Amino acid sequence: MRKGTVGANALRKEGPDKLTGAARYIDDYDIPGALFGVTVRSPGPRGRIKDVRFDLAFPWDQCVIATAKDIPGKNAVHLLGDDQPLLADGVVNHALEPILLIAHADRATAWRALEHVHVDLEPLEPVLTMEDSLSQKQVVWGLDNVFKDITIVKGDAQAALAEAPVVVEGEYRVPHQEQAYIENQGMAAWFEDGTLVVMGSLQCPYYVHKALQPLFALPPEKVRVIHAVTGGGFGGKEEYPNMIGGHAALLALKAKKPVKMVYDRTEDMLATTKRHPAVVRHRTGLTKDGKLLAQEVDIVMDGGAYMTLSPVVLSRGILHASGPYECPNVSFRARAVATNTPPNGAFRGFGAPQTLFAVELHWEKIAAVLKKDSIALRRLNALRPGSTMATGQVLKDSVSAVQVLDTVVKKSAWAKTRQAHARWNKDPKKPTWRGLGLSLVHHGGGFTGNGEVYLKSRAGVSIDRKGSVKVLAGSTEMGQGASSTLAQIVADALGLPYDSVSVERPDTANVPDSGPTVASRTTMVVGGLLKRAAEDLKLALAKHGGSAKRLCGDALERRFLAEYERAPGMSFDDKTYKGDAYATYGYGALAVELEVDKATWETRLLRVVTAQDVGKAVNPRVVEGQIVGGTVQGLGWALLEQCVYKAGVMQNPRLTDYVIPTALDVPDVEALIVENPFPGGPFGAKGVGEMPMDLPGPAVAAAVLAATGLFLPFLPLTPERIQAAADAAQAEKELVS
Amino acid sequence: MKLTVNGKKRSYAGLPFKRLLDVLREDFGLTGTKEGCGEGECGACTVLVDGEPVNSCLVPVGQMEGAQVETVESLASAKKLSRLQSAFLEKGGAQCGICTPGMLMAAEAHRRAGGKKTRQAVCTAVSGNLCRCTGYKHIVDSVMAALKGRK
Repeated sequence: MRKGTVGANALRKEGPDKLTGAARYIDDYDIPGALFGVTVRSPGPRGRIKDVRFDLAFPWDQCVIATAKDIPGKNAVHLLGDDQPLLADGVVNHALEPILLIAHADRATAWRALEHVHVDLEPLEPVLTMEDSLSQKQVVWGLDNVFKDITIVKGDAQAALAEAPVVVEGEYRVPHQEQAYIENQGMAAWFEDGTLVVMGSLQCPYYVHKALQPLFALPPEKVRVIHAVTGGGFGGKEEYPNMIGGHAALLALKAKKPVKMVYDRTEDMLATTKRHPAVVRHRTGLTKDGKLLAQEVDIVMDGGAYMTLSPVVLSRGILHASGPYECPNVSFRARAVATNTPPNGAFRGFGAPQTLFAVELHWEKIAAVLKKDSIALRRLNALRPGSTMATGQVLKDSVSAVQVLDTVVKKSAWAKTRQAHARWNKDPKKPTWRGLGLSLVHHGGGFTGNGEVYLKSRAGVSIDRKGSVKVLAGSTEMGQGASSTLAQIVADALGLPYDSVSVERPDTANVPDSGPTVASRTTMVVGGLLKRAAEDLKLALAKHGGSAKRLCGDALERRFLAEYERAPGMSFDDKTYKGDAYATYGYGALAVELEVDKATWETRLLRVVTAQDVGKAVNPRVVEGQIVGGTVQGLGWALLEQCVYKAGVMQNPRLTDYVIPTALDVPDVEALIVENPFPGGPFGAKGVGEMPMDLPGPAVAAAVLAATGLFLPFLPLTPERIQAAADAAQAEKELVS
Repeated sequence: MKLTVNGKKRSYAGLPFKRLLDVLREDFGLTGTKEGCGEGECGACTVLVDGEPVNSCLVPVGQMEGAQVETVESLASAKKLSRLQSAFLEKGGAQCGICTPGMLMAAEAHRRAGGKKTRQAVCTAVSGNLCRCTGYKHIVDSVMAALKGRK
């Protein structure tokens, strides 16, 4: 029997093109006759548009200008709320909101045109903080500024807290984060025999496909969306391409010519979505031994000016608020609120890093109160097979919280390292303090609740007369390794060599809607569909004596598609938040060893060790790439990355002063892949894309606590912020003595 | 003005202040070199000028009279990947690929200069090149493998 490719480090299908410069990203396409489009944006956070003035000295006759009045359909970027206009019409609700579009044949002239358009606003009082939004200082969205309000209740948390021997409270704050994909957002659009064609840098071709139809009053068959090689997404290209794709299309409609729009770094950072900032408050009841009795959690997330994906980000956030622990009494409330800031949206982890930061760091506070080891407390309460979650979901297979925790404790030589740090920190001659911190998380794979049922994803395989097999899916390669992973699954399901399976380019004219490329769902969910479709193909082939030619008959190719079906026994109630929130969960633990400089308060990472259960690593190198890359992105959020806002505008929209990790800022992340197969996933695979992002934040804060004694319930832990906290702690100490 | 790009003599007659990056991409059709930030911070546009790595977004083409410019397109020969490129393919050094051309050119400069074969030295050599996908480990693995001459 042939040795399979699942579990092997198959090489990326698109690798050679990326290594030779042949891969074409959207800005690499020289589209004949194309104009270049730019965006005039709101100068203020909230107001009425009084006037838009054009300098007379500019050659406007060479430009095409589009406004809201040019939109043939409904002026709304279709998503969950349809509340966000494609172009502002009369009022603006955040700084940088798109107001009008300009296209010119010459790119530099198009950029220059922006200096010759002036928007006059009649300012309205903005709401810029979550607190002002909640108190309804101004109502800037809907009736109460609240995009979504979710509660989860299990047992009676209030009663349990009233009786609990120990109650520990804490408040945790996490900030915006910029995706900082290295390829900025870009899309091109043109009309071809009455069909609108849009091509660009995107994660979800069918999201764009769906959004363009109402904007342009076109039926589905008159809209075509094509994926270009995409230079990183991380969620940032989940929903924003609907906007920039709509803009390029509107200019193309008006100009009757192709139009390309590519943002520069500053525009991308100023105007596109970021991770939701959040405030998370915990009240936790425990026995004296540290067994959880009650968890009361209140979550507020800043959605920005429009709804975008905030309700589902919030949903994933609240569903991970418990951490990977079992608690008999739970009362969670989560609200996403509106502020007059650029809308926040999808970013790797999707609400979970925010709530997991809180619950994980809260263990350090609990451990201090109980005078117990936080790892022992985690182990005591960790989810195990048979555990019941906050939604009532009973866990069955592939529950690995304790396993990943023990793996990391062992690999990081936890006790020994801590002892070494204690000796180091006692020595006044050492220039630093050292600390070790840990976090433990779970992460739901696939869409939340009934999301996968509503999506009804379809994916499949084709075979031509020569026997060439292609993967057909709308799932995109954005660096995460979908091209190799999906081909490996199909190859093994068919018993064919990896090289004989290729991946069709995602193009809505040619591939089925396999759902968005998000939510750690591509391997687990889409891979599962592909495996079923490939098995159907294999059966059909067998019926034709293994002859592709006979199977195809008169046709050039045959296609086999599979559609998502809910696993038997699974159910979720969207209203009460009861039931199976996710088909399964990944589990991860991470330890960070770092030192803090006594003079400068700079942190230096010494060692990062993580163990993550992915069910089955279809391609271990790809999985390790996801784990290490996600960990470093999380370390950036924890230590370096700070979006500075003033009057609703990011003040540091450049890679010069929004600092992401370089090769010198991080040690080699030691990634241990744990494989505890999930029977519902292809070859046992679960998701991996997002979980690595959940872990570094709380582990870093715990390590800084271990090193300095400072409990810092916020991110990022920059030297300035650690120093300020140290100074405040010192001042308080002096006041007491 | 005249310059050599990937071993081929080229002439350019446009504005002298046009960025080398744009001349390569627009005038010479060499789109392998990428723009990530436009201010020399991300290194995606790294090319070699007379063997030295430079950010081509910061170089006015007017300074390139007589210069030898090398881009990612020069690394492979006759459809065969160079040892460095093969190592990136095998060790997972490229994910989304947008930083890859610049990363390869920075690593190539390190290799040619006889740079040290330590992870620290390789990290320093590519520290001007930002990658948001890999967390750098597989990039360093790739460069190390190429330096050691093993696949």
